[in-house]
Amino acid sequence: MNLSDLFEETFFALFSNKVRSGLTILGIIIGIGSVVATLSIGQGVSNSIQSNIASIGSNLIMVTPGAQQSGLVRQSAGSATTLTLDDANAVQSQITDAQYVAPQISRSYQAVAGGNNENVQVIGTTPDYANIRSLNMLYGSFITNSQVTAIDPVAVLGPTTSDNLFGQGVDPVGKTVKINNVIFTVVGVTYPKGSSGFVNQDDMIVIPVTVAQHYLSGGNNVSSITIQAPNQQSIPLIQQEVTDLLLQRHNISNPQNADFTVTNEADIIATVSSITTTFTIFLASIAGISLLVGGIGIMNMMLTTVTERTREIGLRKAIGAKSRDITMQFLIEAALLTVIGGILGIIFGAAISALLSKFASVTTQVSAFSVALSFGVSAAIGLIFGYYPAKKAAQLSPIEALRYE
Amino acid sequence: MIEIRNITKTYLNDDVETQVLKGVSFSVKDGEFVAIMGPSGSGKSTLMHILGALDTPTSGQYFLDGKDVSDLSDDELADIRRSKIGFVFQSFNLLPRATVMRNVEMPLLYSRVPKEEREEKAKAALISAGLSNDRFYHLSNQLSGGQMQRVAIARSLVNDPALILADEPTGNLDTKTGDIVLATFQKLNESGKTVVLITHEQYVAEHAERIIHIRDGVILEDKKNENRLVKKLQ
Repeated sequence: MNLSDLFEETFFALFSNKVRSGLTILGIIIGIGSVVATLSIGQGVSNSIQSNIASIGSNLIMVTPGAQQSGLVRQSAGSATTLTLDDANAVQSQITDAQYVAPQISRSYQAVAGGNNENVQVIGTTPDYANIRSLNMLYGSFITNSQVTAIDPVAVLGPTTSDNLFGQGVDPVGKTVKINNVIFTVVGVTYPKGSSGFVNQDDMIVIPVTVAQHYLSGGNNVSSITIQAPNQQSIPLIQQEVTDLLLQRHNISNPQNADFTVTNEADIIATVSSITTTFTIFLASIAGISLLVGGIGIMNMMLTTVTERTREIGLRKAIGAKSRDITMQFLIEAALLTVIGGILGIIFGAAISALLSKFASVTTQVSAFSVALSFGVSAAIGLIFGYYPAKKAAQLSPIEALRYE
Repeated sequence: MIEIRNITKTYLNDDVETQVLKGVSFSVKDGEFVAIMGPSGSGKSTLMHILGALDTPTSGQYFLDGKDVSDLSDDELADIRRSKIGFVFQSFNLLPRATVMRNVEMPLLYSRVPKEEREEKAKAALISAGLSNDRFYHLSNQLSGGQMQRVAIARSLVNDPALILADEPTGNLDTKTGDIVLATFQKLNESGKTVVLITHEQYVAEHAERIIHIRDGVILEDKKNENRLVKKLQ
């Protein structure tokens, strides 16, 4: 039989049994649709997390206090106070490859201005912080090195913080804000950047690191040091140099016992990606089960069809159809069911993910890969689950088949 | 045209051998109209299956159009059926939800005949089988029994086969429509087609030129039909 005739026969056969074909296709639509939707959610979430991390700044190396993992035990993490401002200064002066170095002391305080007050993240840092985070100014200017040196109680507000404390659209430069009973003069407001995953960069107050140490936290320690490398290639080198310098400064000979951790952004992205990938695979395998059920539905329908059309098969064989012709006919019927279901399922899945991004604020992305994968899988399911019924049909003896009641 | 020599057919069921045909020989010339007659269990269905290349004999030889077809593979038999044999069945075996044209064109699909040619041939066959042309695009399950059998006859003609093999073609029809179908076969035979009719009814067999009586797997009698009934189509 010619291929075009074969397709015509197949369309005709499927159309003759509209309800059954429709229900079988529905099974595949749901299966493929959920796979496409799940993959698009996974892809979208993973992309948005990566862009969030990237928006924090690029080519960053983070030094945090706390021992590096030794064996399975990670010692004194988080609350450790092993990094000092002197460490940051040493990194700044001695690691010449580093582009920017910004120590940070970060903690939440209640900020009060006039009748308004707000709990806000207060970050004590240096002018390099603005470069690392790519902060631009809406009003006034960022903190300066001389303010850091002079321990001036000045504050730069995030736009949201400014709106909350001083009112929408008001330029607060020159006004004062009280944090932990210390009066700060507002010197600037940053340009809105939008929330970025871990830190809301619009809702914060930046003050000189020295001020934070003197008036708020006390002591000489910092909660982290952020270093920006000039490019991706220099990250491992700088990471090593920083580690060596700090080990030497802290008098630690064995890197295993280091009381700080040096990580880079790429590591974090890799970790997050692997988490979202695992998550996506998990969801996709659940969706895959419904696809499998759809495939069994195909097989079920094809077996019923073969039984129901036994006489037709007998007739076709009597008028000269070879076993191969019969196999092809039923195989193409099954494949066509799944391919139609696959195409509709892709549309259905894309619609679901579009609705999710619109109404559930989940970022989704239907990738060409997931479409190709679903299409391939659905065609394969048709061929795999259609093969047995088709073979069964082809093996019928024409005499027996014609006698079948 | 058809020559069968000492054909036997033995079925094996649960280690019990049943010999259905016990050495049958006869020949049919081109353009003959032969009825094979016998009661049920006589072996006439088995004989028809072998004549129709649906089955192969256990022993003996079958020459169709000079070619020995007694020992062919399934695919080779399918080719023989497609090119040389047209079947007409008792229960018509039409595709119910398909149009008359679609049913008649079906054998041509397997001969890879292009669409336009298929339609021409199908129409010609339907006209030969005596179906009026206002029925060509009706669904086959909307037709009467007589019309259905004419569609089935047209389907058997469409490949221009050497042999038309009709298995109880009037079995599901009343006498009047049965007569029309028999008249159709006679007309086709006059135009040169070889027709072999399998039946258990004396009345039906009497429309043929020659009657072969078969019983218990052997030929009882093979003779010219002296009082042939001739039907004319209106």
